[in-house]
Amino acid sequence: MSNFKDERISSLHLNYEVITDNIEKGSKILDLGCGSGDLLRMLVDKKNCSGSGIDINQNNVIESIQKGLSVIQGDIDEGLKEFSDKEYDYVILNQTLQSTEKPDYVIEEMLRVGKKVVVSFPNFGYWRVRFYLFFKGRMPKSKMLPFCWYDTPNIHLLTVEDFFDFCKERNIDVIKSVYIKRGKISKNPLTKILTNFLCEEAIFVIRRDL
Amino acid sequence: MINLENSVGIVETKFFTIDEELELESGEKFGPVQVAYETYGALNENKDNAILLLHALTGDAHAAGYNSENDRKPGWWDDMVGSGKAFDTDKYFVISSNMLGGCSGTTGPCSINPQTGKPYGLSFPVITIEDAVKVQKKLVDFLGVKKLIVAGGSMGGMQALEWSITHSDMVDAVIIIASTSRLTAQGIAFNAVGRNAILSDPYFNNGDYYDSDNQPEKGLSIARMIGHITYLCEESMHSKFGRRFKNEIDGKEHPNFDFGIDFQVESYLAHQGQTFVDRFDANSYLYITKAVDYFDLAHKHESLENAFKKTNARFLVISFTSDWLFPTSQSKEIVQALIKAGRDVSFCEIESPCGHDAFLLEFETQTKIVKSFLSKSFGGANV
Repeated sequence: MSNFKDERISSLHLNYEVITDNIEKGSKILDLGCGSGDLLRMLVDKKNCSGSGIDINQNNVIESIQKGLSVIQGDIDEGLKEFSDKEYDYVILNQTLQSTEKPDYVIEEMLRVGKKVVVSFPNFGYWRVRFYLFFKGRMPKSKMLPFCWYDTPNIHLLTVEDFFDFCKERNIDVIKSVYIKRGKISKNPLTKILTNFLCEEAIFVIRRDL
Repeated sequence: MINLENSVGIVETKFFTIDEELELESGEKFGPVQVAYETYGALNENKDNAILLLHALTGDAHAAGYNSENDRKPGWWDDMVGSGKAFDTDKYFVISSNMLGGCSGTTGPCSINPQTGKPYGLSFPVITIEDAVKVQKKLVDFLGVKKLIVAGGSMGGMQALEWSITHSDMVDAVIIIASTSRLTAQGIAFNAVGRNAILSDPYFNNGDYYDSDNQPEKGLSIARMIGHITYLCEESMHSKFGRRFKNEIDGKEHPNFDFGIDFQVESYLAHQGQTFVDRFDANSYLYITKAVDYFDLAHKHESLENAFKKTNARFLVISFTSDWLFPTSQSKEIVQALIKAGRDVSFCEIESPCGHDAFLLEFETQTKIVKSFLSKSFGGANV
C-alpha cells in the first residue's frame, strides 16, 4: 500500500514538472483545485509566476496560506464569475477535471478567464483500466484512480479521445498535449488511438481562438 | 492569581488627547477627544512593523495581558497577542484603542462635555465607523507609525476595511474576521430591538441618567441578551444549555411553574445581561450600534469593487461556518469584490460550531492562518 502511495507521489511530481515546463516565466496563474499549494509554490519559485489558487477544502487552504500563497476557499463548480475575461496568462486545473460536477462549464469558465488553460486528468482509456473492467468486472482501481466506486471524488471520468472530441465540438484549440505512461513522459508521438490505449495521464494546454 | 506565563504581562492603558476639532462624517465638528490605548511590543526603526487591532462592538483598548494583578481575566484577544502568538509581539508593535463613542476611556457620551461640565448624554454627536477611524489615525500618527497592518473581527473588521480604503498609502495588509462590508437587514433589526429596549427603559431619561440613582439597566441588559442570542447559534445553544432547567428537586431538574429564570439558557442570558451593565454605558450602546448599522461601503463608494479599487493592501478574510450574524456569504461578497478590483486576497471559512463568537474562541486555526499571512509582510517569503 505504501508503495502504491510512493508511486502516486512520484507521478504527481512528474506531472508538476511537466506543467511547470510548459508555463512561461513570470506568468500570472490561477490554480483551480490547488490542493495544499505545492504546484503553485513550484511555479512561483521556479518560474517567477504570480497568482493565486482556489480550493474547496479548509485544511488545503490553510496549508497553502502557510506556504506563503494567496488562496481562496471556494467551489469551482460555482464558476469564476468574479474573475475578468483573460485576466490570467494561465488557468490550471490539475487532476481535478474528473471531480467537478460540471466539467464543461468549468472548462468554459477557464477559457474565459485565462489566455491559456492547462488541464490534466487520468486517462480512463488506459489499457490497464480497460483490462481491469474487462477481466475483473469491477470498477477499475489504479494508482491514479485509487478510490472505491461508492467513495470516489471522480464522478466524471474521461479518456484522451473524449477530450479531443470535446475540444473539437467546442472550437477549442489544443496547443499541446503531453502524455505520461508508467511514470515517464511518452516521447515518441504515437497514433492517437494507441496513445489513448497506452497513456495513464494526459496534460493539455488549450485555448480558444478569438 | 493571574497567570503571566505566555502573556504580555501587566500592561498600562494610556491616554492621548486630540485637541483640535474633528470634522465628523455627519458634517458636525467635534472635540476634544481623549483616546484610551494600549501597546504591546516595540516599534522598529523604520516605524513600519505596527499592527492596529480593532475591537468589536463592546470591546475596549485592553486586548492582551492584565491591567493589574487582581484582574480576573486577560484582555479580549489575549490568545492571539503575545510572544510567539498570531500577533507576535517579538516582531510587531501591536496597538489597540477604545473606539470613539465608547465608554472605556475614549471620549463617548458618558464623558464630560468641557463646555457644560456635564456628561454629553444624547448631545454627543452621531458617529460613524469612518469617524472612529479618523480618531485612530490621529493616535497612530502620534505614535510615529509610518506603515501598518490593520486587523479586526466583527465591527473591528468594518474599521479595518475603512482603514484600507481611507489610508491606502499606509496600510500594507488587512485582516478581516467574521465581518462584513454592510450589516444585513436582519442584523440591523436585532440592533434596533436592542436600542428600543434601552430607549424604553423608564430610567433612560432621554440619555440623561448619569447623576441619577436609577440607571437604565433593564434596557441595557435586554439589549445585551439579544446580542448574545445573535453571537451564538442553534447548535452552540443546544450543546451549552439544551432544554435543561436551572432548578433541581431530589437531583432531578424541575420546572418552576412561574415566570422567573427557569431554563438554563434564561439563566445564561440574565447573567450576561447583568455583568454587561456593570461595564457598559447604555448611551454608548446606542451610538456604536448605530455606527455599525450605518456602515455600508458599497453605498458610499457606489460599489464594493469601486471601494476596493482605492486600496493598496493584501487582504486576508476569515469567516466561520456557524456564524449567521456575519455569514460566510458576506465574507464572500468582500472576497469577490476584491478579486474584481484585482487585489491580492486569501479567504478561509473555518469550520466551527461556535456561531459569531467563534472569532474570539477558535484561536488555534486563526493563529495558523494569521501567522502565515503576516510573515509575508515583513521580510517573509515573497510571492
